[in-house]
Amino acid sequence: MIKARIIVTLKTGVLDPQGKAIESALSNLGIDGVGQVRQGKVFDVTLEGDDAASAKTRLDAMCAQLLANTVIENYSVEIV
Amino acid sequence: MKTAVVLLPGLNRDRDMIAALRTITGKAPQTVWQTETSLPDVDLVVVPGGFSFGDYLRAGAIAARSPVMRAVAEAAAKGMPVLGVCNGFQILCEAGLLPGALMRNAALRFVCREVKLEVVNARTRFTSAYGQGQIIRCPVAHHDGNYFADEATLKDLRDNDRIVFRYAEGTNPNGAINDIAGIVNAAGNVLGMMPHPENLIEPEHGGTDGRGIFESALGVSQSVAA
Repeated sequence: MIKARIIVTLKTGVLDPQGKAIESALSNLGIDGVGQVRQGKVFDVTLEGDDAASAKTRLDAMCAQLLANTVIENYSVEIV
Repeated sequence: MKTAVVLLPGLNRDRDMIAALRTITGKAPQTVWQTETSLPDVDLVVVPGGFSFGDYLRAGAIAARSPVMRAVAEAAAKGMPVLGVCNGFQILCEAGLLPGALMRNAALRFVCREVKLEVVNARTRFTSAYGQGQIIRCPVAHHDGNYFADEATLKDLRDNDRIVFRYAEGTNPNGAINDIAGIVNAAGNVLGMMPHPENLIEPEHGGTDGRGIFESALGVSQSVAA
């Protein structure tokens, strides 16, 4: 079995109102020196089989077809 | 005039849409469940609003990969008119039938109010009942209506008159880029819009400004439908 972690983040230049709201909440907590917060998503996926190359192909396919909206998001795949 | 409405779990404006289509055409639309792999032969198919699949992952993301949406894509490619309202617009974008994406409202609040829409292009098959530049009233109710597309896509939309509706008179409720409220595909047979025209089609609704979209798409005039 292969375990992978997929991280989906907003592309640079895409407004992230949720990140902005978190920035302001951090400021309200008195946590200083926070420049910018960008919110993303993490998916932990397990795949059948032991072939990393085949797993990578399937992981890229699931990212491109569903887990990320590539109009606004980037993704990275890491086999852990 | 034959119409169909796509049904997906979690939609909640499907009955409004069915009532609107029945009022305008005099006949109940056919309904097409998410597992269907083909559409009936109709003059207009509508993907209504709501929160399909709980908006899990992203608004419209799961619905866009359902069997019925593959059927909608195939029918759209053959020229069938498709209207997506609210969640329907999000689904059409997620399915790749329309460019861009609908993100969380800039103010992070659900908005339920009336906005003003400018009919930016009255020459589409969905807007011929309106005048070019006409300002109409329309209700909105959404949490993810903040339209976004990259500069190249926006240029394409502008250059090819594919922006059909813009929020007018400072009523942009969600931060949508260029005040975009509705767009068509390149072929002009797929319209997606965040506002709910189906909720403003009878005097009892407080107005009939939304009627023109259905009358244009179905080629029925007010006098015939009334």
